[in-house]
Amino acid sequence: MLKITNLCKSFNSNTDNQINIFNNFNLEVETNTSTAIIGPNGCGKTTLFNIIGGNILADQGNIFLKEKNISKLKEEERAKYIGRVYQNPSMGISSSLTILENLSLANKKGEKFTLKKLLKKENIDKYIELLKDLSLGLEKKLDTKVKFLSGGQRQALSLIMATMKYPDLLLLDEHTAALDPKTSNLIMEKTKKLIEKYSITTIMISHNIKDALKYSDRIIMLNGGQIVLDKPSADIDEKELIQIYIRKFEQIVA
Amino acid sequence: MNSLIITSLEQGLIFSILAMGVFITYKILDIADLSVEGTFPFGAFIFAKFMYMGVNPIISTLMAFIFGSLAGLLTSILFTKLKIKPLLSGILTMTILYSINLRTNGKANIPLFSYDSIFDFNSTLVVLIIIVLFVKIILDQFLKTETGYLLIVTGDNESFIKALGKNINMYKTMGMMIANGLVALSGALASQFQGFVDITMGSSIIVVALASIIIGDTINKDSNKIKNTTRAILGAIIYKFIEGIVLDLGLEPTDFKAISAIIVIIFISYNNFLVDILSFNRRKGGVNYVKNN
Repeated sequence: MLKITNLCKSFNSNTDNQINIFNNFNLEVETNTSTAIIGPNGCGKTTLFNIIGGNILADQGNIFLKEKNISKLKEEERAKYIGRVYQNPSMGISSSLTILENLSLANKKGEKFTLKKLLKKENIDKYIELLKDLSLGLEKKLDTKVKFLSGGQRQALSLIMATMKYPDLLLLDEHTAALDPKTSNLIMEKTKKLIEKYSITTIMISHNIKDALKYSDRIIMLNGGQIVLDKPSADIDEKELIQIYIRKFEQIVA
Repeated sequence: MNSLIITSLEQGLIFSILAMGVFITYKILDIADLSVEGTFPFGAFIFAKFMYMGVNPIISTLMAFIFGSLAGLLTSILFTKLKIKPLLSGILTMTILYSINLRTNGKANIPLFSYDSIFDFNSTLVVLIIIVLFVKIILDQFLKTETGYLLIVTGDNESFIKALGKNINMYKTMGMMIANGLVALSGALASQFQGFVDITMGSSIIVVALASIIIGDTINKDSNKIKNTTRAILGAIIYKFIEGIVLDLGLEPTDFKAISAIIVIIFISYNNFLVDILSFNRRKGGVNYVKNN
């Protein structure tokens, strides 16, 4: 489904400050699976997402999505296949527009935008259904501007917007990190429900080891741009994973 | 007094098209586009050029819009393709247009008194009302379309445009073209109204446009019901009224520029501070509220 081969990426190339993030990095992700990527700050998690999503281009290597080589495609061209929810609730959503306007835009993702009216009566029921599934009461706030929503409500909305056109791949970039524990749990549950409902292949970055184990089929630990652990979530328990994490992380510190 | 009202209204309507144009760059795209200082007289010079070539005033006015949007295209190429900062891109276009404007007819001042104008078809006020309403309705309708919404989001959140699979530069260019087209149209109307074209007619015009937008924003500030185009139109008319009154009080026309800047300062500071100070007693949670409840 997703195949990354011989990926190389460095920043500040040919200067004293050159940082090699990835050197011949390879990764394969199967269809309809949920993979969690964990690792300390600076290990390359977000850079990997940025390379997959096309925000930054790799120096070398190829990325295949459903056998199609997307490595040379621009970010906006990849957006047709990839949905992404960011840690920052203001990304990927327009805060000065209403919920209805945001959903209507997301509903046109990857399609041609014309001179027809954006807001259409016939789609409203569909949006209400989607919002009802979240059970956050957002279906009653269709005309509320997104800037008046809480962080959790915004992330829930971002999640719907990223998945409503059934992307081939969903990237969750610490999308609950800015939320309080209760809301974070709620959003993770909603995420799981949506992924299962639409059978979307998902990769998520998380600093919460418990969440990573609970909501994924496979755990990948990154360290210095390399995979240091790659196991099915079922084969490892929380304590063991925390110990490995600490051991690996201490090595970096030392 | 009556003539003061009519003249202010007519001038306000002409400048409301300028204000609607600048509203697109300043409020929607969030770009301070200084090229309008060149585009405004550019529209007037293009109009004069076509009139001198014997073209009728309606087509000459439309030509001003088209050439104005080409100036907008130039600025947007400078910042989207050549990656020059938008502010500098605007200044560069403005500088280029200064020379082009002088080249267009070979003169810095062109009389239009002996030529037909778009205002010959009916009274000036009626013609202006028709044009302004036409622009407003088209713009309002456009901003409700799928493409129009993309233009709004372009200034609000670039990452969202990319997530929707769209090229952000295309929408910036589109906005710049519409905006500068409108500014040039306003310039063409201003030249017909005053009966001549002058190279200095664009100087500090951005301040007039911003003043109009800011005054418009002050009207019933928190209401969502007033459309931004309506605000721009009302703002431009109020601005011209204030200017007319100040002139009537005996100040020199050369004092205009300082007055424009002072109007901007007053309205911005009103929006920033005075609204809160003046409404202190009405705010819940203030001392009076605690005492009385």
